[in-house]
Amino acid sequence: METLAMPAINFAAIMPETILSAVAMALLLVNVFVRSEQKAYLGYLSLIGILVTFFPIVAGWNAPVELQSGFNGAVLQDNFSLFFKGIFLVSAALSILISDQYMQREGCNHGELYPLILLATAGMMLMASGTDLMVIFLGLELLSVALYVLAGFNRDKLKSNEAGLKYFLLGAFSTGFLLYGMALTFGATGTTKIAGIAAYVAANPMITGNQMFLVGMLLMGVGFSFKIAAAPFHMWTPDVYEGAPTPMTAFMSVGPKAAGFAAFLRVFMIALPAYKPEWSALLWVLAVLTMTVGNITALFQQDIKRMLAYSSIAHAGYVLVGFVAGNAVGTAGIMFYMLSYAFMNIGAFAIILLVGRKGEPNNNVADYAGFGFKHPLLGLAMSIFLFSLAGIPPAAGFIGKFYIFSGAIQAGYIWLAIIGVLNSAASVYYYLRVMVFMYMKDPVEEFDWLKVTPAHALCLLVAVAGVLIPGIVPGYLLELAQKAVFF
Amino acid sequence: MLEYVWLIPLFPLLGAVFNGLLGKKIKNEAVIGGIATLMIFCSFLVSCGILMQLIGLPAEERVFEKVVFPWIHSGNFKADMAFLVDPLSAIMIMVVTGVGSLIHLYSIGYMHGEEGFYRYFSYLNLFAMSMLLLVLGGNMLVMFIGWEGVGLCSYLLIGYYFHKKSAGDAAKKAFVMNRVGDFGFLIGLFTLYWWLGSNHNVWTINFTEIKAASSLLPYGGVVTIATLCFFVGATGKSAQIPLYTWLPDAMEGPTPVSALIHAATMVTAGVYMIGRMSFVFVKAPDTMMVIAIVGAATAIFAATIGTAQNDIKRVLAYSTVSQLGFMFLAMGVGAFTAGVFHLMTHAFFKACLFLGSGSVIHAMHHALHHAHSHDDPQDMRNMGGLRKAMPITFITFLVSTIAIAGIPGFSGFFSKDEILWQAFANPFHGGLNIFLWGTGAIAACFTAFYMFRLVFMTFFGECRITAKSKDHLHESPLVITIPLMVLGFLAVFGGYVGMPKLLGMLPNYFEHWLEPVFATAQGYAQTYVHAGAHHSHALEWGLMGLSVVIAVIGIAIAYILYIASPSIPARFTATFPALHRAVYNKWYIDELYDFLFINPCKALGSFLWKGFDVLVIDGIVDGVAKVVMGLSGMLKNLQSGYVHNYALSMALGVVVIIAFYIFR
Amino acid sequence: MVPLPYYLIVSGILFSIGTIGVLTRRNAIVIFMCVELMLNAVNLTFIAFSHELGKIDGQVFVFFIMTVAAAEAAVGLALMIAFYKNRESIDVEDVNLMKW
Repeated sequence: METLAMPAINFAAIMPETILSAVAMALLLVNVFVRSEQKAYLGYLSLIGILVTFFPIVAGWNAPVELQSGFNGAVLQDNFSLFFKGIFLVSAALSILISDQYMQREGCNHGELYPLILLATAGMMLMASGTDLMVIFLGLELLSVALYVLAGFNRDKLKSNEAGLKYFLLGAFSTGFLLYGMALTFGATGTTKIAGIAAYVAANPMITGNQMFLVGMLLMGVGFSFKIAAAPFHMWTPDVYEGAPTPMTAFMSVGPKAAGFAAFLRVFMIALPAYKPEWSALLWVLAVLTMTVGNITALFQQDIKRMLAYSSIAHAGYVLVGFVAGNAVGTAGIMFYMLSYAFMNIGAFAIILLVGRKGEPNNNVADYAGFGFKHPLLGLAMSIFLFSLAGIPPAAGFIGKFYIFSGAIQAGYIWLAIIGVLNSAASVYYYLRVMVFMYMKDPVEEFDWLKVTPAHALCLLVAVAGVLIPGIVPGYLLELAQKAVFF
Repeated sequence: MLEYVWLIPLFPLLGAVFNGLLGKKIKNEAVIGGIATLMIFCSFLVSCGILMQLIGLPAEERVFEKVVFPWIHSGNFKADMAFLVDPLSAIMIMVVTGVGSLIHLYSIGYMHGEEGFYRYFSYLNLFAMSMLLLVLGGNMLVMFIGWEGVGLCSYLLIGYYFHKKSAGDAAKKAFVMNRVGDFGFLIGLFTLYWWLGSNHNVWTINFTEIKAASSLLPYGGVVTIATLCFFVGATGKSAQIPLYTWLPDAMEGPTPVSALIHAATMVTAGVYMIGRMSFVFVKAPDTMMVIAIVGAATAIFAATIGTAQNDIKRVLAYSTVSQLGFMFLAMGVGAFTAGVFHLMTHAFFKACLFLGSGSVIHAMHHALHHAHSHDDPQDMRNMGGLRKAMPITFITFLVSTIAIAGIPGFSGFFSKDEILWQAFANPFHGGLNIFLWGTGAIAACFTAFYMFRLVFMTFFGECRITAKSKDHLHESPLVITIPLMVLGFLAVFGGYVGMPKLLGMLPNYFEHWLEPVFATAQGYAQTYVHAGAHHSHALEWGLMGLSVVIAVIGIAIAYILYIASPSIPARFTATFPALHRAVYNKWYIDELYDFLFINPCKALGSFLWKGFDVLVIDGIVDGVAKVVMGLSGMLKNLQSGYVHNYALSMALGVVVIIAFYIFR
Repeated sequence: MVPLPYYLIVSGILFSIGTIGVLTRRNAIVIFMCVELMLNAVNLTFIAFSHELGKIDGQVFVFFIMTVAAAEAAVGLALMIAFYKNRESIDVEDVNLMKW
């Protein structure tokens, strides 16, 4: 048996994770000394931490490989992971901006919120840059454990408890499958390193006939599918999204999904390209199922949070289309789409949490009657987000979808693209329904709206810019995404 | 001037942003409407400059592409924010900005005092911007953005009176039907892009590049599929069978909107798109045939339905559908110039008709309002004798009606006759030609009939509203009548730029102008069409005469039934009470009409309207919606809320996936 | 020495028992214990492979899994307590406020 060699430590490769974790720990300590009405300061501090984290990410772009890789090849901070880290930071920052006011209203502005968000973000980053199944697993668990708490963060509210508990039980269940898959893969190839698996498969082409390896791959696929909420592993999504505090719903509808895709993409495209015909057939089915189930179920929803939950399932389906394509265009499309999705979805949730009072979320679509005229600017912003979600130009959602679908067409998956376009046409119905209420119905009842605080306004402004600018001039961002593709 | 083509869509965009953001605060209608109108008028001036410059160039140099900024460049996919100016888009921008300016001006008067005045003008400007993007787009993606944009604005404007449920429903219906069409457009785009790219390594969506590469496309095959998909897009946007039912419902919007969007500009986008890609369509003879048949069928279907309507705007709506059918007929028989020509003349006279009807409705509304009457101001059965009260509206309306009916000397005659002649004489469809021509001719007869029925019921005879209301009837203000007069003038003289060669009085400027645009298409057509039978001038004269006679017959029937007959009615009521009841009207009792001619026609009309429209088309649409909703309900119930079921779904998923891979 | 397939079969059976337990038990704590059983089946697989292949990675992985399972247990039990405080039950049949 080999001896355990101490791996070479290269902090440059995990600098963003290190900073975020350190800030999180520090905030936990600071939290003790902050009075409950001043917890917002923790939010500002964590925002500073996030801003600082942007530096190593920008600096790491196009860095030489010896700086990017570390820990014996267990992490690789390449452009691909850096792009995803950018997405995670954006979603974390936007969610923090809208948290404080909501949490105060709901009476659960505990200071632990911010460290948990930062730790979850660090977990996502580990998932994106992990090149060892072990690191990916650790990242996933760091993310998940933090998210279980965040989903159940409003501990006095039964719905929130329920969301946390459901997420926890099903998440742990899915972890079992993921780990079993990793164990079988390890057994078949003798390594947990992605590059090692790829090398082993390349050296032993016969292994593709090995059923243990096959089952291992499938089980890992199932584990990741749970994280990205692909049907039939999506069922937790609507309940958890509905019950979680709204800012946390916004956070977990974007970041973890992107992280799941990052790890999913890396494991399958780099370690298992030999199996591409097999897994792309599986993902083809999952993509169609996910899009269709998400969109069709969303048609019926009255609760807007739940509707957006189903819509996020459908979006995972669109992104899977790019995954199935498996080419550079599709992968760049995925990255572009995930970033624009972060802006549009968090933006939409930011508007949603303005509507309503403590304990009574007023999330019914009918509550939006007349919203567009009473609050023209907020209405405009919401319309932009909804348009982007529906994939109507000139919003970024359109470009992303266009890119993903054209990637699928270039790879020869015409039918998949057609189903995708049909689905996104059907989705217009339920997004439009909200707009119909906003602009074409008279308000039934008066609500106390939350005030738009400066932080909230900043979040909305950034989100609108993030939806419109790449939608109108997508060139730069697309170029960035293309440079980030790892093949 | 050509360099500044980007100003054309920019002006209305500025207007839309200005009114959208500040309109609510400004509240001054003159400022809001003035700025919106000024913006589109500036675009019109720029368009004029561009047209002048284009005229000054030699014919083969009249193509100019302006890349405003590079947009999406990635791998072999390249799309710029680019505008294409050529004779075809020059005509379109002139129509859109010219007619658009008049309608903006008109709207200031028409929408006076409406709630959300600023919203209306903001949408209207936004619409103009999208439409200009659509016609100027140098590649399919820019065109598609305009294509979606006009659909969106149309949706917003149809639903302008959103407190009315019918308006909201109509808006949604229009949007959904348009999206069905858009889907076809996208698939067509993908197919063409993918085929050219994967087979010839020409990855492009740029119109001029596709044109240059169009010789690589095969005749039929994949081109047929792609063009059929594009045509589905066109049927959605341009209200052709089977996606036309949204247009009559769209009349829920304010009348100027109907004039601008649902008569003059947006609905012609499908025709424009076929013209823009004529070099692709010509390579698919089967698609051409489908287009011709659908066009002719729509022309006659909608015309018959038009005879059975009593709402003034609905008559005009079905008339628009029918006239669009004529344009598609022209496209389908390869007479692209004639189709675009009819698009232009139709924009003039139909905009005039809609605005005229708006003026009438406006007057009626006021009159009825003052008399506290709740009669429908849009119902023609409540009108009559308005010519005395509203002379300007009457004259412009009459002139436009004569134009649409196809009486020589007026614009509609030149374009419609050209289409009918081409339907008869084109070398594409062989034995089908006679049917295409016949259908078109009968549709023209119906057109003449229902339009004059409209004029007679509205402007002639006795006024059928109470005397008290009658005193309040008066002509609309200048801001409304000026656009009417300008459009009326164009409805008469607009056709002289494209006079048929046969008449020989003026050269056919229009055809020369568009020749370079359609030359490629004509070239392709010649390779598979063997020189068609040569038709003599005598035949052309004969057909022209025949189409005039047909128009006159239509008018004559309308005259007999609506001016001469009111004295006869009573007898027939007694004789055919059942028949009579079927079409019983409050004031007009047209037994002769019922007995001789209209009743079968009306039955057909209402069968097509109620039976075909409501049952079949709406039935299919609703049916699909019901199935989807049912499925939605089922899937929803799977989401039972129990952790067990969720875990079971996951476990089953795992078992199925693994079992499939192991035992396959 | 026990051959590898024996370990794999045992761990496979353990994993299945765990899965079925998750699907059938009603008490949230018992469900979580079944998940733990699944994780331990995975651990057994890792150790068996590690021993067979002579690679230490599998054993390192097991340490991480055990650590993570402990963290999960802490969070999970806390969530259950919070739920119990509001609902006075940890029966998953009662966890269905949100559905459809």
